[in-house]
Amino acid sequence: MSVNLTLLTAMGALYACGIYLILERSLTRVLLGLMLLANATNLLLLATGGYAGLAPMYSKDTAAGEYNDPLPQALILTSIVISFAVTAFMLGIIYRAWVLAREDEIQDDAEDRRVAKTPSFDLEDDSVIPVETSEFPLTMIGSDGQSVSDVPDGAEATVNVAGRTLDAEAAASEEQPGSLKVTPPKEGGGQ
Amino acid sequence: MITVLAVHFAVAAVAPFLFRKFGRNSFYALATVPAGSFVWLLLQHGAVYSGAGVAEVLPWIPELKIELAFRMDALAWVMSLLVLGVGSLVLVYCARYFKDKDDYLGGFGAQLLAFAGVMFGLVTADDLLLMFIFWELTTVLSYLLIGYARTRLSARRSALQALIVTTAGGLAMLVGLVILGFNAGTYRISTILEMAPALTTGPAAGAVGAAVVLILVGAITKSALVPFHFWLPGAMAAPTPVSAYLHAAAMVKAGIYLVARLAPGFAETAFWLPVVLGLGLATMLVGGYRALRQTDIKLILAYGTVSQLGFLTMVVGLGKPDAALAGLALLLAHGLFKATLFLVVGIIDHQAGTRDIRKLSGVYRSSRALAVVAAAGAASMAGIPPLAGFVAKESVFEALVHYSTEPAAGPWGPVVLIGVVLGSVLTFAYSARFMWGAFAVKPGVETTPFKPIKPAFLAAPAILSLLTIVYGLWPAPVDGWIQPYAALFVPDGEDAAAAAGHLALWHGLTPALGLTAITFALGLAMFYGRNAVSRLQGLVPGWVDGDRTYQLTIGALDDIAVWITGRTQRGSLYFYLSVILTAAFVLPLTALVLANKPLPQDLYFIDPNAPLQIVVGAGIVIGALAAVRANKRFLAVLMVAVTGYGIALMFALQGAPDLALTQMLVESIILVAFVLAMRSLPAELRDRTGGKYRVVRVIIGAAFGITMVFAAIFALGARVAAPVSLEFPKLAYEGGGGLNIVNVTLVDIRAWDTFGEISVLALAATGVASLIFVRGRGEGIRASSTVAEGTVGRRSPGAGRGSTRDDAALAMSRRFAASSRDAWLVAGRTMAPERRSIIFEVVTRLVFHSIIVFSIYLLLAGHNSPGGGFAGGLTAGLALTVRYLAGGRFELREATPISAGTLLGIGLATAAASGLVPLLLGGQVFQSAIIEFWLPVFGDVKFVTSTIFDIGVYIVVVGLALDVLRSLGAEIDEHFEEQPPAESDDGQEAGGILAETSARGKA
Repeated sequence: MSVNLTLLTAMGALYACGIYLILERSLTRVLLGLMLLANATNLLLLATGGYAGLAPMYSKDTAAGEYNDPLPQALILTSIVISFAVTAFMLGIIYRAWVLAREDEIQDDAEDRRVAKTPSFDLEDDSVIPVETSEFPLTMIGSDGQSVSDVPDGAEATVNVAGRTLDAEAAASEEQPGSLKVTPPKEGGGQ
Repeated sequence: MITVLAVHFAVAAVAPFLFRKFGRNSFYALATVPAGSFVWLLLQHGAVYSGAGVAEVLPWIPELKIELAFRMDALAWVMSLLVLGVGSLVLVYCARYFKDKDDYLGGFGAQLLAFAGVMFGLVTADDLLLMFIFWELTTVLSYLLIGYARTRLSARRSALQALIVTTAGGLAMLVGLVILGFNAGTYRISTILEMAPALTTGPAAGAVGAAVVLILVGAITKSALVPFHFWLPGAMAAPTPVSAYLHAAAMVKAGIYLVARLAPGFAETAFWLPVVLGLGLATMLVGGYRALRQTDIKLILAYGTVSQLGFLTMVVGLGKPDAALAGLALLLAHGLFKATLFLVVGIIDHQAGTRDIRKLSGVYRSSRALAVVAAAGAASMAGIPPLAGFVAKESVFEALVHYSTEPAAGPWGPVVLIGVVLGSVLTFAYSARFMWGAFAVKPGVETTPFKPIKPAFLAAPAILSLLTIVYGLWPAPVDGWIQPYAALFVPDGEDAAAAAGHLALWHGLTPALGLTAITFALGLAMFYGRNAVSRLQGLVPGWVDGDRTYQLTIGALDDIAVWITGRTQRGSLYFYLSVILTAAFVLPLTALVLANKPLPQDLYFIDPNAPLQIVVGAGIVIGALAAVRANKRFLAVLMVAVTGYGIALMFALQGAPDLALTQMLVESIILVAFVLAMRSLPAELRDRTGGKYRVVRVIIGAAFGITMVFAAIFALGARVAAPVSLEFPKLAYEGGGGLNIVNVTLVDIRAWDTFGEISVLALAATGVASLIFVRGRGEGIRASSTVAEGTVGRRSPGAGRGSTRDDAALAMSRRFAASSRDAWLVAGRTMAPERRSIIFEVVTRLVFHSIIVFSIYLLLAGHNSPGGGFAGGLTAGLALTVRYLAGGRFELREATPISAGTLLGIGLATAAASGLVPLLLGGQVFQSAIIEFWLPVFGDVKFVTSTIFDIGVYIVVVGLALDVLRSLGAEIDEHFEEQPPAESDDGQEAGGILAETSARGKA
């Protein structure tokens, strides 16, 4: 298989310049770099077709090998148009970034830097939970010695605390884990 | 068996709907499923015990040797009794435990029922991997069930802890199962057990031994053995019925089941006894010790369960017939009494609102029935006759006494015996502590208010404790159920019944009875001396705590994860790209150097057919370098365009006219789009990343380019096969009916590719529109007739000053605008006079229609000569561009009455229809047909249906170009007029106009 060094050299130069540009902070330059990379790739595809040949217009008298290879051509045609669409889309992004932030620069991701500073204490994992000794802390609280679960739906269960009438659920929630008014008992110790 | 499973899962799937309709009473409906299965199971007794068992096999994934293989033997039958029986009773109990207004009840009921099904599947599965699937399903369901109270932190944390610990064990187990299955050549459990003697002594004995240890790791995490015991007390955050079922009777027994399942074959492997006996004994003692320290009756039971699980593992794993008999008997007894006790705890919690033994007092007086039920359970746990626990424990002692006298047992014999007696003493003590703590009247503690218990609530524990008593008084049936399993351990030729012994209430005056007596005496002493014991326990320093170790491990993992994330995920695109690109050239380059291949032969710089290429190539390189150096935005864009045009020339020279044409058109439209989009950005391109970063960039760029060159040289040189495209010319002409091979390739041979491509175009166009318009597609540009004349793009008064030449031009424009004859362009009059260009308007008027006609020619002729849908569509797009530039956005509106979105839709629909219609006509997708007919003017016409596809492509491309113009052009115009940029100085405007003219020239 023949190798066309002219095409490949131009391709290498385009790749090098394209990579140099996409390593830049300016969004415009990144886009230009991407366009150069697309052009370089088209050249690479073209080089796979081998020697320059006849335009692939069918004629009965021409042997199949004398045309320039039509398959890479079809692929390149697809690539050209897609690159156009992608470029237009990137232009839209650049414009929007400029309108929103007056910046044509790629910013560092603040979220990533925040993650790197995450403290090792995690509320869900590491907070101290008070010992719970019932699934039904509300059972025995209610007006007239009735339990909350005995109060018909719609009626408010109440408790009398220090002469005031409070909603039973609210009063009981004070006793719930997580409330600041509860000191967690120590585990063990027996009676 | 498969039916039983299917019914469980099906009812679980509809359970949420039941609950929505019938509330908590739906639990009764759910309970009928395991209850019915239980009856079915009893009916199977004859079939299971008469032969080798009942088997069902359904092929599932033959490639992986996974089958839906189920087998019911004595062990599976006994386990199923427990799983289904306790399962239905727990569901009955749930119906009174929960309230109608509890949240998520439907999901909870479904999970609990599904769990019963999964557990049944686990014990009957006869395929290692199928069993593993059920195993992991129990883990997942247990996670969901423990986390039922999802608003409580403790529930979430315990659920996650249980999940992580048991899944970690499960993973180890999976590795073990695969090793075992691989060495055995089958995953069928029954077959593997038959092959076990050959496997454990064969050449792969080492691998099998390791596999067994890995499987045991799964079993000990699931059954909460030391050092993984901590998750079980944590899991007590689950609702009590869940604890009763999962953490006493069913799930934690899965580990015991696994040990029991493998023991007949693998108890002789090297690490089996140390693991099973060592960890089992440690667990039994640790659990019992810690149970004595708890003040929450549920936690007393939880640690008691841990202790009993250790006990069970030891006995079941011993691998002796009498121990196997005793082990399964104990397993059944434990399931009965522990479920009873948990359910009793649930009732106490439900009625009294606490489980704390320091607050509970006098419950016995409030509910004697409950106390009786609990007493039966606790007495069975302590091993008091005539209950199930006593019968089972008695035969365990028998077996262990027998074992300790065997010379083969070595030091394990006495150690295990003494350990078990000690553990039993602790068990007795915490059983007593439980009864005392839950029911006794305590001096100095107020009598706990206790609501009366409804009989339906008490039914489930009462039935269970009744069974405990019956089992104790009449152990013969249980003995019969277990004997076939115990017989598996009897060496061939010996009498099975004699080796295993029998379960009985009274064995006579044996050493075992003596041990029981010792146990009771010491246990009672510990209970009465409980204050001294707890003081003693208080003196012991905080031992190594499994839970703490777990927290530290997880915390350390979190910290490492954050550290690594912080080091690798730096948030800098430059950093990421550098790493990726460096890898992208280092790896191929290394490969090339290592391969050390000679360069291919046929290398050339000058193509004999196209010598000019070298000149064009030089131009491209210069353009690229200039684009890198350029510090003005539009200069850089122009230089990139130079490379693009250069490549178009390259295409032409190489023999690709279609590509050359398309590339030229695209390059031109992109240039316009660039100018339109970037008019508001500053002209200068600042270079921020300088210094050493620039050097790094140069190195990466150059190295990447060179790597690509060499990779391409070697890749191209390595090619030996003839290209597939040699067939294309013939295919194109005969199949596709066209002369232009590239075009036929696009619309026929590779039509799917092209269809995908135009879909991408439509997406990108929509993306551009949504980026600029943000809301909607901006269909609403008004017609030009509604706009006042000469208002669009009017400049502020101060900005118009310039040279006399400019003034003269402006005056001319004004006269042109004021002339009364028809305008050259429909919307031309909407433009401010200083924006208008007479010549441009006139030329546009003259060429627009010609260009459109030409684009249609390109489209239709594309099948046989250069052109096609892409080139045609781009040409039409250029025509629209010219109109927009000459007449402003209202002109664009006049030029295209159809919106861009509609065009994209029509185009895609046309292309899709051309693909689908042949299918309806009995052909294949995108099949094309050649139709020849005669037309008056054109003569003979050869029409190929793939042209319709090309028309779709054309319309999509026009839609894309229109979207670009309307978004980047018209809409940005409007933004400008709404709020002219404050820093809109002359420099920018000049840049805009400069580029605009150059774009105009190209167009």
